[in-house]
Amino acid sequence: MSDITINVNGKPVSGPVEGRTLLVDFLRGAGLTGTHVGCDTSQCGACVVHVDGKAVKACSIFAVEAEGAEVATIEGQANPDGSLNVIQQAFQDHHGLQCGFCTPGMVMSAAALLKENPRPSEHEIREYLEGNICRCTGYHNIVKAIMAASGQDVSAIAAE
Amino acid sequence: MPKDGGIGASTKRREDIRFLTGTGQYTDDINLRGQAHVAFLRSDVAHGRIKGIDTKAAEGMPGVVRIFTGADFEGVGGLPCGWQVTDRHGEVMQEPGHPVLAQGKVRHVGDPIAAVVAETPEQARDAVEAIAVDIEELPAVIDMKAALADDAPKVHDDLKSNLCYDWGFVEENKAAVEEAFGKAAHVTSLELVNNRLVANPMEPRVAVGDFAAHSGESTLYTTSQNPHVIRLLMGAFVLGIPEHKLRVVAPDVGGGFGSKIFHYAEEAFCTFAAKQLKRPVKWTSSRAEAFMSDAHGRDHVTKIELALDADNNFTALRTETYANMGAYLSTFAPSVPTWLHGTLMAGNYRTPLIYVNVKAVFTNTVPVDAYRGAGRPEATYQLERVIDKAARELGVDPIALRRQNFVTEFPYATPVAVEYDTGDYVATMDKLEEIADISGFEKRLAESKARGKLRGLGVNCYIEACGIAPSNLVGQLGARAGLYESATVRVNATGGLVVMTGSHSHGQGHETSFPQVVADMIGIDASMVEIEHGDTDKAPMGMGTYGSRSLAVGGSAIVRATEKIIAKAKRIAAHIMEASEDDIELKNGQFTVAGTDKSLAWGDVTLAAYVPHNYPLDELEPGLEETAFYDPSNFTYPAGAYACEVEVDPETGKVTIESFAAADDFGNIVNPMIVSGQVHGGLAQGIGQALLEGCVYDENGQLLTGSYMDYAMPRAEDVPFYKVDHSCQTPCTHNPLGVKGCGEAGAIGSPPAVVNAVVDALQRAGHTNVMHIDMPLSPSRVWKTMQG
Repeated sequence: MSDITINVNGKPVSGPVEGRTLLVDFLRGAGLTGTHVGCDTSQCGACVVHVDGKAVKACSIFAVEAEGAEVATIEGQANPDGSLNVIQQAFQDHHGLQCGFCTPGMVMSAAALLKENPRPSEHEIREYLEGNICRCTGYHNIVKAIMAASGQDVSAIAAE
Repeated sequence: MPKDGGIGASTKRREDIRFLTGTGQYTDDINLRGQAHVAFLRSDVAHGRIKGIDTKAAEGMPGVVRIFTGADFEGVGGLPCGWQVTDRHGEVMQEPGHPVLAQGKVRHVGDPIAAVVAETPEQARDAVEAIAVDIEELPAVIDMKAALADDAPKVHDDLKSNLCYDWGFVEENKAAVEEAFGKAAHVTSLELVNNRLVANPMEPRVAVGDFAAHSGESTLYTTSQNPHVIRLLMGAFVLGIPEHKLRVVAPDVGGGFGSKIFHYAEEAFCTFAAKQLKRPVKWTSSRAEAFMSDAHGRDHVTKIELALDADNNFTALRTETYANMGAYLSTFAPSVPTWLHGTLMAGNYRTPLIYVNVKAVFTNTVPVDAYRGAGRPEATYQLERVIDKAARELGVDPIALRRQNFVTEFPYATPVAVEYDTGDYVATMDKLEEIADISGFEKRLAESKARGKLRGLGVNCYIEACGIAPSNLVGQLGARAGLYESATVRVNATGGLVVMTGSHSHGQGHETSFPQVVADMIGIDASMVEIEHGDTDKAPMGMGTYGSRSLAVGGSAIVRATEKIIAKAKRIAAHIMEASEDDIELKNGQFTVAGTDKSLAWGDVTLAAYVPHNYPLDELEPGLEETAFYDPSNFTYPAGAYACEVEVDPETGKVTIESFAAADDFGNIVNPMIVSGQVHGGLAQGIGQALLEGCVYDENGQLLTGSYMDYAMPRAEDVPFYKVDHSCQTPCTHNPLGVKGCGEAGAIGSPPAVVNAVVDALQRAGHTNVMHIDMPLSPSRVWKTMQG
């Protein structure tokens, strides 16, 4: 066991970890249960967080590897006044979530995508989401929400 | 309509806020003070006799609290089956025991043998590794037909054979069907496999058991689609805990698709162990465990034959299906290949004579039960594939052949025991031809050809029986439960409402759509209505959410309870306004007296109900709370027509979905946005079944597809933007909302469209001998087919 401190959403979070403790388990153990675990082979993407600005599957690194890093999770994504940020709002507006379990990972992946590609095409979005599995939405409204969040007109895409 | 959305409005979902901000409360987010953690030792062989379990070394491992084996459950009941099928000879099905932890034998890879309870999940997993189990491996039965051979090893030694039942439907029609086949001008037959699938909700299952020593009350937090059903099954049949001493809570649940209907061993284990150890006990499934312990879906092998007369009218249909039950009977498994499948074999067509034979078989595989659509996708797939093949053999247009045989007059009594109350299959096909631009196909075909790709068009129809189900009817068919739904509507003094429903939302958006209904009825804002679900201590009873029943059955119960509320509120208003009850009208949240200018606001009346100062106590009780149970009088029958266009790469066999269009008739619609979302999700699952997904066992019963590395889940790149339309609406005639249900349609209607399209593409490219390819249509399968 060793004690580590990670800055999560701008606040230091400390705790004892084993060498084998995954970052996702450290976060969830600290009460940040918005980051989810949907598989054990780093395929599903429900645990995507940002580590030092990059999208990372929190099941694919050990907590000790993130010592001292700046980690952003779904809990820190809303605007300072508590309202939904642009991506979150687009997900609600376009029904980009159903059961909500994959949603934190989807939102964090979408944020990383838009940071590196502010106006992605439909194809680029679908390709980027290769590592995020959703079983509910059939992806239609997720892709649409991300296009809308990037300022693109999605009114021509079948809505209902 | 209420300004924030009544019936028919695409109201944004209120539950999204917590899911988008990471504040949802899923079962794994629940951590109780002092909780211990469980890890299960699971069988790594498909079939074997347990000769000994040595837990000594494991007991000494750090953090181990206690280790349980089958011996600890000898006096405890087994997991019950909720449906008893009677076979074609009048015999009841063979029903094996299903222990919580294996007793004597293991019967599939993943069968739980022992459970370690420890202080941390890691310690529990470490200790599982230290348990030594001596298993004598026995020959496994995996293939269904081989399992029925006289000398096949038996999955259950105490049963006569591996045959669960041999069901015939409608047995009395068998001879007439044979006769019709003898007279047919043309017979088309097709053998096909409906591939075994794993439901794979993104949230793995979790169970947290708790026991309050001071009250003797047990609580189970679980990832369930129907907490009341779990309370009944686990309490009455497994652990012997009466309902008033057992609370089951299913909080936010991350998808179910059927796999979270059933009562599982791990739920019973955690509840049992918590009581034994006097501390909370938690289990969180890994995805690997999910693959080998969640009930699987489909897995039918079918021969279907369609008889037609000289004018291409369907005259008879017969099928023979082998349905895999797996190693044990999961909660509703026997009903899926029978009553949820045979009753739908008429499809959208006037086939006068139908005979369905289903042999349900035990094998050394994970139990198989309902998965999105449950029996209805299997019925639709074989029917719509054989019709397509018939059209090809007869050289007629597949759409025209379907149209010619459509049921056009309602109500329509099928030869397979159900009565369609309403529908308009011509209208949905017309709509499909429009939104899919069927007439423009040739142009798109030419474009694909120019790019060196093969292109195909596949069309099919579907019908499903939803709104499950009339208790009277299902009781006669072997259900050991009633399939009503309950609702309690509590109106608070200041006018807000809490609706407690036995339906459970795990992605369907009930917290948004149910208030739309109540708000519409009263004429208040939907934001004044709150939905409570998923807790047996809140709603009085519930049969849960599956079979596209929530709005049709649960919503109807809410309507009935709200009607009682309105009736009582009118009586209170009549008293206060000194008017006759018959003259009171409720509109836009205002009570008025007809023909006068007297009026009272909704909140004035609700306050009077709880502050009964000037109140007719001799006529009316104070308070405003009502409960209703709604039991449907028939199934509902959503139906539609789907079209898929694919491109096939002739070099690799890879299939891409170029477009997918769905024209559905769901009757009336409460929230169109949510309905579209349900269809989208179903389509992706159906496309996944058709192109990607397949659960594979080797001949020894080893699960080869045990992770997302091996089991191909549909990704965003595998599917297109869908065109969905639900403007064709023939309202259900027998429920108060006129709704039919929309949750499963996409998964039911889409697989045949995809396969029809791929066969069409290959045929157009000159592979005229290709009549069928079994799902999933992987590149290698398609490529091999093209090589002849």
